[in-house]
Amino acid sequence: MTATAPRPPVARPPARVALRDRVLRVAELVTTPLLPVDYLDLFDPLRSGAALRGRIEAVHPETRDAASIVIRPGRDWLPHVPGQYVRIGIDIDGVRQWRAYSITSILDRADGCFSITVKAIPGGKVSNHLVHRARPGTIIQLDQATGEFCLPEETPAKALFVTAGSGITPVMGILRNHAEQLTDTVLVHSAPTSEDVVFGEELRQMAAEGRITLIEQHTDSAGMLDARSIAELVPDLHERATWACGPVGMLEALEEHWASVGITDRLYTERFRPRILVTGEGGTVTFTRNGTTVEADGATPILDAAEEAGVLMPSGCRMGICYGCVLPMRAGAVRDLRNGEITTAEDVGDGVLIQTCVSAAAGACDIDH
Amino acid sequence: MTVIQKKPENPIAHLTPEDIELIGKELDTIRQEIRDSLGEDDAKYIRTVIDVQRKLELGSRAVLLFSKFPPAWLVGTAGLSVAKILENMEIGHNILHGQWDWMRDPKIHSTTWEWDMASPAEQWKHSHNELHHTYTNVIGKDNDLGYGIMRVDEDQKWHPMYLAQPLWNFINACFFEYGIAAYDLELGKNLASKKRRNDPKFRAATKQVLKKIRNQATKDYVVHPLLSGPSFLPTLAANFTANVVRNLWSHSVIMCGHFPEGVETFEKSSIDGETRGEWYVRQMLGSANISGSKAMHTMTGNLSHQVEHHLFPDIPSNRYAEIAPRVKDIFDRYNLTYHSAPLYKQVASAWHKVIRLSLPNGWLAETTPKNAPAQLAKLYKMTTGGPKVRRALQRQTAA
Repeated sequence: MTATAPRPPVARPPARVALRDRVLRVAELVTTPLLPVDYLDLFDPLRSGAALRGRIEAVHPETRDAASIVIRPGRDWLPHVPGQYVRIGIDIDGVRQWRAYSITSILDRADGCFSITVKAIPGGKVSNHLVHRARPGTIIQLDQATGEFCLPEETPAKALFVTAGSGITPVMGILRNHAEQLTDTVLVHSAPTSEDVVFGEELRQMAAEGRITLIEQHTDSAGMLDARSIAELVPDLHERATWACGPVGMLEALEEHWASVGITDRLYTERFRPRILVTGEGGTVTFTRNGTTVEADGATPILDAAEEAGVLMPSGCRMGICYGCVLPMRAGAVRDLRNGEITTAEDVGDGVLIQTCVSAAAGACDIDH
Repeated sequence: MTVIQKKPENPIAHLTPEDIELIGKELDTIRQEIRDSLGEDDAKYIRTVIDVQRKLELGSRAVLLFSKFPPAWLVGTAGLSVAKILENMEIGHNILHGQWDWMRDPKIHSTTWEWDMASPAEQWKHSHNELHHTYTNVIGKDNDLGYGIMRVDEDQKWHPMYLAQPLWNFINACFFEYGIAAYDLELGKNLASKKRRNDPKFRAATKQVLKKIRNQATKDYVVHPLLSGPSFLPTLAANFTANVVRNLWSHSVIMCGHFPEGVETFEKSSIDGETRGEWYVRQMLGSANISGSKAMHTMTGNLSHQVEHHLFPDIPSNRYAEIAPRVKDIFDRYNLTYHSAPLYKQVASAWHKVIRLSLPNGWLAETTPKNAPAQLAKLYKMTTGGPKVRRALQRQTAA
């Protein structure tokens, strides 16, 4: 399924483009070795033409551990499709961290902002920061919205949403924006208690107005729902197009059930963390551009392991001081051999730069080289 | 001065191998503590310095648009000089060391940064981070010792051409950024033979440097003067002055780092199989600090904490001041000399050494107002005579 309409770039008349390019080239002569944008960024980080950024405008608590963050995006922001997520980069303790969060606001807000909704997960550096410590005025980095967990162009007559915990967030983006198209909608949502339901009040209001049929499962008292109980709760389940978002275990159980009754094509799932990072001693190092795979133990620098395997690597002092060997790690975990510190890269496309001469594999990792 | 291994009194003879490894462990602990405590305040520091520097540069260049008025020329030139110094020292040098890579900000990162300097960042990182910081003060390995054009050690045979060494050093100071670029290209070595001259790697590097120099010169000597219209020439002069001021300043600071009297040098063979502890000790003995105010430390890019910088080249520069007392304490406990003196003293000391080594060994020390005519006569003979005469007269001096 894809509901992401391809967006043609905004066309400019050729004469204007040429003039703009020429002005830009002169401006580059003025600012070399920096770029004109480096100076413009000092004064207006959200302007058109800048790297995409946003400013936190407000933080609205939703539950005791969830909050919606209102973000004013830079001028090059393209409108999202409900259900999509956005990757944000925020500096926490001085270090830039990237994570993906679903957009939950309505399209075309009068103030031009959008909002994401974040649930603080135990030990989660970014989610806890956003929910409890983020302050209005903070500048963050953004990517354009992306994701395919959206309604198809032709809205199905009957829809079912199965969500758990923060899995409600992309679905809320859809429910808020497609009130008219969704005429027969069932939402099965699991949360530990009634108070823990993110958007609980608004969802119950929607149910009271007859817009959706809401089935809440409070797992602290009533336990977890399995696929069979969902089928019992929603007898016409097989007639519905279903969107599910929640923990991997839940999604896998649903996929299995839908497959067993032969309607896999009517189930759309969304998972934020497709791979659970396992850190240990050593691992398989993949050099993604070069295509080589190397088995490295936990005591050998990746640089040595790669060279042993015939990969041509950038290198320098081989003792961790010159930074001549750094390469981006797209996913995985490495351990600094000097102090045992673990550095990880999430699957969502981080490019954490690591010093290969003092880093050993601490699990499978993908190095962009 | 002579390499540490040939000194009658080796300043580390009293250290056992265990001592050296303990020193290494203590320094590792300091490094780890600082790494663990890096955070929002540090990030704010470097972003503020960059912000101030860019605004100062913009402001100064704006003032220079009216540089035909002398007060504007003075203010603009002073501001631009300071901006260029900050850009090279506290910002460029330290970012290119990877000191700020931990922030994971691609805009402030050793792999993406380019600086206002003739030498392209990539080439400088190789010759500086990799060669100079790994082989600090090892004769024949660390070309920062005299940049391959000077006599930096008594053991290097004296030749009359070294008499001009103070002059070269001064010229090199004025045009330091080009000196660095030539040095990063290893121009002396690479121009020497046809094979090296035609090496495609060398040619590509040269092309890269020339392009950088062209861009830099176009900016300072064509575009900005043109933008100044009637102030064309004053702006050109202002930019030239700012570049020379920056060059003289950075040359002085860098000379103070490894060149003052008392800083040790090492033999090539001494670093075979060197342990981490031994590497640390070499950095401790091979560097000298400049004492002074906070503003002075910032303007030197905290290279005034050269000892700390050489021990921890990738620790953010704003932290060196707080590490310094702990490092000094290690020096004291292990009976090693921590070289630190005010800027004027260190500059004078470094220049004294340049001059001393431009003359035959022992000549300067022996010369008094009384024997000056005789000494000058001897120097004249050594300068005009052949190697044999030089050897004979040198033996006389040494005896």
